[in-house]
Amino acid sequence: MKTSPFSLDKWLRFFTNWEAMAEGFTRTLVIALLSLTLALAVGVVLGILSSSNNKALRRAVRCYVELFQNIPLVIQIYFFYYVLPYAGVVMDQFAIGVLGVGLYTGAYISEVVRTGIQSIPTGQMEAAKSQGFTYVQAMRLIILPQAFRLILPPLTNQAVNLIKNTSVLAIIAGGDLMYQADSLAASKLFYGPAYVTTGLLYFILCFPLSTMARKLEQRMHRKAAAPVAVSKKAPAQALAAPQTQMGGI
Amino acid sequence: MIRLVDVNKYFGDLHVLKNINLEVKEGEKLVVIGPSGSGKSTMIRCMNFLEEPTSGHVYIDGVELTHKNKTEMNRKNIAMVFQQFNLYPHMTVLENVTLAPIRLQGLKKEEAQQQAFRYLDIVGLREKAHVYPATLSGGQQQRVAIARALATHQKIILFDEPTSALDPETVQEVLDVMIRLSRENITMVVVTHEMGFARQVADRVIFMDQGTILEEGAPEHFFENPTHERTKAFLSKILR
Repeated sequence: MKTSPFSLDKWLRFFTNWEAMAEGFTRTLVIALLSLTLALAVGVVLGILSSSNNKALRRAVRCYVELFQNIPLVIQIYFFYYVLPYAGVVMDQFAIGVLGVGLYTGAYISEVVRTGIQSIPTGQMEAAKSQGFTYVQAMRLIILPQAFRLILPPLTNQAVNLIKNTSVLAIIAGGDLMYQADSLAASKLFYGPAYVTTGLLYFILCFPLSTMARKLEQRMHRKAAAPVAVSKKAPAQALAAPQTQMGGI
Repeated sequence: MIRLVDVNKYFGDLHVLKNINLEVKEGEKLVVIGPSGSGKSTMIRCMNFLEEPTSGHVYIDGVELTHKNKTEMNRKNIAMVFQQFNLYPHMTVLENVTLAPIRLQGLKKEEAQQQAFRYLDIVGLREKAHVYPATLSGGQQQRVAIARALATHQKIILFDEPTSALDPETVQEVLDVMIRLSRENITMVVVTHEMGFARQVADRVIFMDQGTILEEGAPEHFFENPTHERTKAFLSKILR
């Protein structure tokens, strides 16, 4: 008789291999954190450059963004793994994971940052310049803090995508969560338990983040709507409770 | 104090400023009037290089304003008040007023705040120091913007249609502050349609049309016998 892929027996035997799963989970987490750091750095720098006045710079950033956004991540990972060694650049799967996923997500984040900066009214930069702030000071003190609040929800969504995207590392034996699931599925035929558990683990990582993104967005909409009501009705009340305003808009 | 020499400005093919020559003396209150699209905002924005002239020269206190020195020159000499206030919405009123003094002029936070309260007193908004701009009315925001402009002690303040975006009932509170300001030895260039203000405050009024200065004189001149038909037509529309 054929046993079901979800039979209790398979689950029990699958869980005796929990160490492999735990190792994969940790590795996924570490790769995600490091590549997110890289993606944020790349994204913020490129996002700022692409809203500068320098045409050559803007074009260079455009090339980067289009290249990384329009080629599947899998192929980019293959490129790092199979092609770069011919150019003498050999990296292990961990480094490829961090670099590949980081550069890829960086392209998306730079677009998020760019639109965030561009959604700040031009009057803000003009006010800063009229006061004698340099471009960099104006960005740091006036434009970016405002843009950051706007882009926090989409940034969080990018983090969620990044975590899920680390799963492509399985194809180069990345040692990540997805890879461990694949190998347990293939070598011991634990298809059912392995993929269900893996899906659940990704969900546990991503769900709080996407919930947070949604909450942030709702809060932002409330804040955007609130000041009008406050200014028309009760400026005194706003003064009495300045701490409720601390988030600004 | 401010001198424009043969200033031309193009936006693409559009010739917005045509050979403008103008001198504003120290402490002078100059009011610029004219229909929309006449180039008055562009001209005032050339005075702090928010717009760079396509050709010609701008001198501030004898020093030519250039792309290179504009940040420095603005920091030292020129403040601006905008039609849309342009307060920094992520900062409280107090932070708006103290940002430049702390960051650009090296004042200590406490010093800058003490001084800021003085200027907030002048514009009558001390009690709003700790709220965010979005909770203020337009008139209040513009008064904060004026306090912010005063806080850096520049010799020149440019006003680009400071009351045009305001509800009618808050226009006067802003004008009152500006009238009070006009007693100080600050050079003020004001683009406005408020002829009552011009009459009360201006040392000189210039009328701009289609990128040129068509007529200039004391405010009385404009009320009593403007020379050009174009000026008469414009004034008859805004003086009711």
